[in-house]
Amino acid sequence: MTAWAEHEYDVLIIGAGGAGLRAAIEASSTGARVGVVCKSLLGKAHTVMAEGGMAAAMANVDDRDGWTTHFADTMRGGQYLNNWRMAELHAKEAPDRVNELEAWGAVMDRTPDGRINQRNFGGHRYPRLAHVGDRTGLEMIRTLQDHGIHQGFEVHMEVTVTDLVKDGSRIAGAFAYEREHGRFVFFKARAIVLATGGLGRCYRITSNSWEGTGDGHSLAYHAGAQMRDMEFLQFHPTGMVWPPSVRGILVTEGVRGEGGILKDKDGRRFMFDDIPDAYAHQTADNEEEGWRYIRGDKEARRPPELLTRDHVARCINRQIKSNMGSPNGGVYLDIAWIKEHITDHTGHIKKKLPSMYHQFKELAGVDITEEPMEVGPTVHYAMGGILVDPETQMTTVDGLFAAGECAAGLHGANRLGGNSLSDLIVFGKRAGEYAAKYAVEHGDVHPDMAAVERARLEAEMPFDHPDGENAFSIQNDLQSLMQDNVGIVRTESEMQQAITGIDSLKQRMESCGTGGNRDYNPGWHTALDLKPLLTISEMIARSAESRKESRGAHHREDYPDKDEQEGRLITIIEKADDGGMSLTKQELPPIREDLVAIIEENQKK
Amino acid sequence: MSTVTLRIWRGTEDEGSFEEYSIERNPGMVVLDAVHKVQAEQAPDLACRWNCKAGKCGSCSAEINGMPKLMCMTRLDDLPEDKPIMVQPLKTFRTIKDLVTDVSWNYAVKKKIKPFKPRKPDAPDGTWRMKQVDVERVQEFRKCIECFLCQDVCHVLRDHEKYDEFIGPRFLIYTAGLEMNPLDTEDRISDLKKRDGIGYCNITKCCTVVCPEHIKITDNGIIPMKERVVDEFYDPLTRLFRIFKPSKKSKAEESS
Repeated sequence: MTAWAEHEYDVLIIGAGGAGLRAAIEASSTGARVGVVCKSLLGKAHTVMAEGGMAAAMANVDDRDGWTTHFADTMRGGQYLNNWRMAELHAKEAPDRVNELEAWGAVMDRTPDGRINQRNFGGHRYPRLAHVGDRTGLEMIRTLQDHGIHQGFEVHMEVTVTDLVKDGSRIAGAFAYEREHGRFVFFKARAIVLATGGLGRCYRITSNSWEGTGDGHSLAYHAGAQMRDMEFLQFHPTGMVWPPSVRGILVTEGVRGEGGILKDKDGRRFMFDDIPDAYAHQTADNEEEGWRYIRGDKEARRPPELLTRDHVARCINRQIKSNMGSPNGGVYLDIAWIKEHITDHTGHIKKKLPSMYHQFKELAGVDITEEPMEVGPTVHYAMGGILVDPETQMTTVDGLFAAGECAAGLHGANRLGGNSLSDLIVFGKRAGEYAAKYAVEHGDVHPDMAAVERARLEAEMPFDHPDGENAFSIQNDLQSLMQDNVGIVRTESEMQQAITGIDSLKQRMESCGTGGNRDYNPGWHTALDLKPLLTISEMIARSAESRKESRGAHHREDYPDKDEQEGRLITIIEKADDGGMSLTKQELPPIREDLVAIIEENQKK
Repeated sequence: MSTVTLRIWRGTEDEGSFEEYSIERNPGMVVLDAVHKVQAEQAPDLACRWNCKAGKCGSCSAEINGMPKLMCMTRLDDLPEDKPIMVQPLKTFRTIKDLVTDVSWNYAVKKKIKPFKPRKPDAPDGTWRMKQVDVERVQEFRKCIECFLCQDVCHVLRDHEKYDEFIGPRFLIYTAGLEMNPLDTEDRISDLKKRDGIGYCNITKCCTVVCPEHIKITDNGIIPMKERVVDEFYDPLTRLFRIFKPSKKSKAEESS
């Protein structure tokens, strides 16, 4: 028996969420031989959890919208740390990518004149999110899946990549194991697209599924790619807090988009207390105006609940810390109050927010049409990630591409809701297109087979210590370490504790082991997950420690203000020659002049 | 804090047994939490699938006290406290290990169904116009999270094992969703009758009962499709008309 099975592709795509599937469809359309590897079954990726919608300036609901406004909103939301070219391409191409989904069978909600409907969301000046109730992500992934299965690419389900293999400086393949029987697989590939999504599992309270272990981030880093801005981690303001078993599960921003308000334990609406200057001129200063905005009054300004996620999360955190929160350590999110304005409010809420209604009814025993929800911040999204070229999505390693959440640049210091789903399809397409082109232009590769053998030995290591420490307990300790020391509000000493703690967890990882055999063994899998989890945790902690200012999602107690100098720098991490983590700062390139004019014009509005 | 006892299937399709595990019970706990606790503390190699833990991905399907359910949406509070909770894999599909089954048959079935084929765009910019009321019935079917609980409970598959002749409730509503899509021009009615075995469904509605998305699979999906099959193949008047009237498919070909 050989030690591993082999497959060969022009383009190998790792991950089958929105970005991975969109990349696979695009690469296949060029005639390339394409393989897709996913950790779960096809169609189960975390994209299904996206609720609110995909942002695209189609101007179906408000004809004042256009790509320039979307671009300016994205840059402002990202506190100008974004890669401006990615923000431009995203704003320009998102409408075509959304319309394309309809041509592939997506069935989105409609406007009265029959076009794709769009809803309000935090930080977006106009109603911009194409959606299907509150299950837009499911619609996206199912559409791409159902269209994709007829495009000729091969899907390897429940296969986990543990290492990338190179040919000199160029990417050449991926080493993986399949879960059913624990057999090893080597994928030889001329180009690889990483589309592995997020990394929230290094925290205790997160909206991410078990898959969000930062695999792509870690694979790219260990293959020599540069990472950027890992300190920017989005805490979604509204996760469930009660009961404990559901803590962290997402409550869509769509609740606030439909008129939901945030209240403290005394029922006071606290979001009017603190409105950032940059948004003051477009935020309502009274409840009546806020409600008119929700009902589509174009003259009204938006309610403060729809400020950006970083800000709302911090406001909620402040209420909780000052003992003004709800009994279980959250605040109240109330959609039932709209009965003051809407006669059939029960029907309206069930229609607009069906999954939220069921989620609370079934998991918490709360009827959201009658009672407020208890919510609090939950780790949701990594703005930072693998550094990519804005046009091609190629990383700093030749032939290695990245798209979606694991890639970085579009969102800067804070991502606007709805910009993630559109990110997946805009840059998933680009990654697929350019990876296929790269494969054609650069021809065959000769993978370093000694590295494949090393990857095999590493993957088998947990079985060498059948009585070693249980991987689940190491994972739990890491989650607590990150939750307690690299949270919403950060300070130097805590982050240093985190870095030290990660070092000792790395030691424990070496001796961790698993019993049982190789057939579908979660103990083994969890042991293999520790390497990426510890790698990304260290990146987050080190990057956060290095940014001595507060900006977007990164808030320092010891440096509470923005710093102009720091605000021009991005944080770059890469693997040093000695195997350690090297951190440097890089100056942001100047924004193209016509785009500066667009930003300035929109700041006046 | 009280404890709860689970009896979980450990083994493969061919051999195995129910093993008993007792764990501490937390407020609001769901069956998936309990299985995870067993995994982390007592049996690290206990296999189960899960992803979102919020009833949206359809990965953690199992039979709980004999009922097909999502483990993440089944609260311990809703199960009888005086006896152990039985957790076993879906019966209709081969057990790979413990609670994990081989559902690949479903993926193969879907691939055979003719894909979506839209009419020409309605507007010069390449977009379409549809009324909300016309898309709503399709949206009901598109809520499906592919947990395959309906496939598991359907006696045509579960007891009669008609895997080669019947596509099951999931793919009947998948087909219904395509057929009822206002933009679609493909014709799948003949396949439904001849290849997909829609006639095997005798409307016991077990699928509707277990659907975690509360889709009215039988009433809103399968019965209308059965009616279309009847109209197409058995109604003498329609058959007569068809001689004079072009079919949906040939109309689509004309327009494209």
